[in-house]
Amino acid sequence: MEKQDIIKSFKDSLFTGLIALALFGPIVGLRTASKGEGLFITPQWGVVFLLVGLCILGRFLININSARRTEFKIFSTLSSKFSSITEGKAKHFAITGILFAVVFPFLPFTDRYFMDVAIMILTYIMLGWGLNIVVGLAGLLDLGYVAFYAVGAYSYALIATTFGWSFWICLPLAGLFAAFFGILLGFPVLRLRGDYLAIVTLGFGEIIRIILINWYEVTNGPDGITGIPRPSFFGLPFKRSPDEGEMSFHTFFGLEYSTMHRIIFLYYLILVLALITNYFTLKIRKLPVGRAWEALREDEIACKSLGVNPTNTKLTAFAIGAMFGGFAGSFFATRQAFISPESFTFIESAIIVAIVVLGGMGSQTGVVLASIFLIGITEIFRDLEQYRMIAFGGAMVLIMVFKPKGILANRKPTILMHGDKK
Amino acid sequence: MEYFIQQLVNGITLGSIYGLIAIGYTMVYGIIGMINFAHGDIFMIGAFVALISFIIFGLTGVALPIILLLVLLIAMLFTACYGWTVEKLAYKPLRGSFRLAPLISALGMSIVLQNYVQVSQGARVKPMQPLFSGGLEFFKNSEFIVTVSYLQIFIVVLTIILMGIFTYLITKTDLGRAQRACEQDRTMTALLGINVDRTISITFIIGSSLASVAGMMFVLYYGVIDFYIGFLAGIKAFTAAVLGGIGSLPGAMLGGLLIGLIETFWAGYVSLEYKDVAAFSVLIVVLIFFPTGFLGKPDIEKV
Repeated sequence: MEKQDIIKSFKDSLFTGLIALALFGPIVGLRTASKGEGLFITPQWGVVFLLVGLCILGRFLININSARRTEFKIFSTLSSKFSSITEGKAKHFAITGILFAVVFPFLPFTDRYFMDVAIMILTYIMLGWGLNIVVGLAGLLDLGYVAFYAVGAYSYALIATTFGWSFWICLPLAGLFAAFFGILLGFPVLRLRGDYLAIVTLGFGEIIRIILINWYEVTNGPDGITGIPRPSFFGLPFKRSPDEGEMSFHTFFGLEYSTMHRIIFLYYLILVLALITNYFTLKIRKLPVGRAWEALREDEIACKSLGVNPTNTKLTAFAIGAMFGGFAGSFFATRQAFISPESFTFIESAIIVAIVVLGGMGSQTGVVLASIFLIGITEIFRDLEQYRMIAFGGAMVLIMVFKPKGILANRKPTILMHGDKK
Repeated sequence: MEYFIQQLVNGITLGSIYGLIAIGYTMVYGIIGMINFAHGDIFMIGAFVALISFIIFGLTGVALPIILLLVLLIAMLFTACYGWTVEKLAYKPLRGSFRLAPLISALGMSIVLQNYVQVSQGARVKPMQPLFSGGLEFFKNSEFIVTVSYLQIFIVVLTIILMGIFTYLITKTDLGRAQRACEQDRTMTALLGINVDRTISITFIIGSSLASVAGMMFVLYYGVIDFYIGFLAGIKAFTAAVLGGIGSLPGAMLGGLLIGLIETFWAGYVSLEYKDVAAFSVLIVVLIFFPTGFLGKPDIEKV
């Protein structure tokens, strides 16, 4: 490497350091804290110099690297290898994954914490698969998916607490309600272009949340709904001491009482729900309506001229996606036994969209990998509560920059006219 | 009637703040065709920089107009650095990628900025003692006295001055011409020897500086900020940009004023709890009935 190059990259790094100083100086370096009346400033220059130093060093290393023309390709080569491995063996991968998911609760190292995380990951996988119909197949960016999740959760909670109906009756009803809301929202807005649609759905999600907070008579406002009935094993409740003349799960099967029974049941419940979503998506992709979604995603004008009604086609995608969101919502309500508008903020929508896009839009396996990866990141950083969302957002930006099509890019339409032409 | 005038004054003040943010959205949309989702958070950072500098200068005991000018310049400078960096890190590598990629990246950047400020400045709301006091009073004989505070006058006048400078910059200077050329055809502009990357960077710098001025006004006007203010203000300003016709600069200002007025009147006459619903509903209605806004150019889809 030339000496000039080193000097040049050194200068460039110093410039980076200057910018970093401007970035971190006021916001990190001068921390405002309230003491008595008014605010005071506590300087934290140590942290700033550490951050600036890291930026200079990082920039310098990248510069030297790119001067040697050995660019940072670790990330992209790794992931392209990974996708080439998984592409051919997608079926094996899926089967092993499902088998692993089935035996997971009985593995020796599985404890309560692992089960809770697994249930959470599966909930996000189901939401991801539901949203994948809208974003991945039909190509409509929905930033308000959490609204349907909320509608499902609230309709389950309200029906179950008011009428006392069982989980299995409430679940389809909640799904129907969510689908109804999907049509209600979709009907006026689906004519809009992609990015406008994204913002309008975001607005819709916020409207639903504000209504949930303010409509005290029905939703109990910010306090939320408590005492949502827990699910029962086909009529057998998971109780330590069942009422007179009632069988509970452990007495019926003659087992020792354990709180894990309910958790394991919930785990299988969400696993089955998620797999149904997946199965449904895989099947509908091969039906005319599924083909129409993919065609619409690829070229709307061509579709119009071939007589596909874009609004109706998009509406079905929206409604079906919303329905699965509603199912997931009612599962969430029954698992938590308590719901409040707090659980349905915009950040949830962002997480679900991130899962779908990072997984590679349209790829079912990608959703699984992205859920494990993103929820895993937030779990690893759990002790550093505040930093986990920075890591999460950073991961979103980095994956988009290095791999804009997602971990497993799968945008190929399921059918092509002239064979598998690229 | 007096109540109506009071709401009108409040609405115009709020509208100026939204208008300044909306310009950032509309400029970026015009030049690279993406919704800069992190723009609301840039505004929030501007508010924080302004707050910090107000505290520092508050200790020195300099006269108020000098403090205001210094804070204004400092907030613009530091916030512009953020806008510039965000563009370089998160959007530039994605130019020419598929359309939703920059939007997702911007979403990630918005999450990063919010939580970064939360970590470094704390999650609590930051109150600031008011710097301005007093104002002009009208209709003193009636039951309801209309007050136009000096702060409101300051905000509106500053907005008008900035808009004047900005309009001059866009219509009369080389920079503005380059920018308008980039909006129309980036490849052709590059062939004519204009540095497109630099023009886009400058667009982000201008947009961020204007957002930081809005942030400073927000601190002064409400007296309380936290790391989450960027989200709602960002959405409302985006609504304003769309309402005025996205890509159109006078449209952004007009849209900002309208959104400010709608929100204030809704809160004053209909319901305070649902004031944010008003902004979102307006957004939905506008997008459905006039997707090009009031001053936007009609957008023809070509095969």
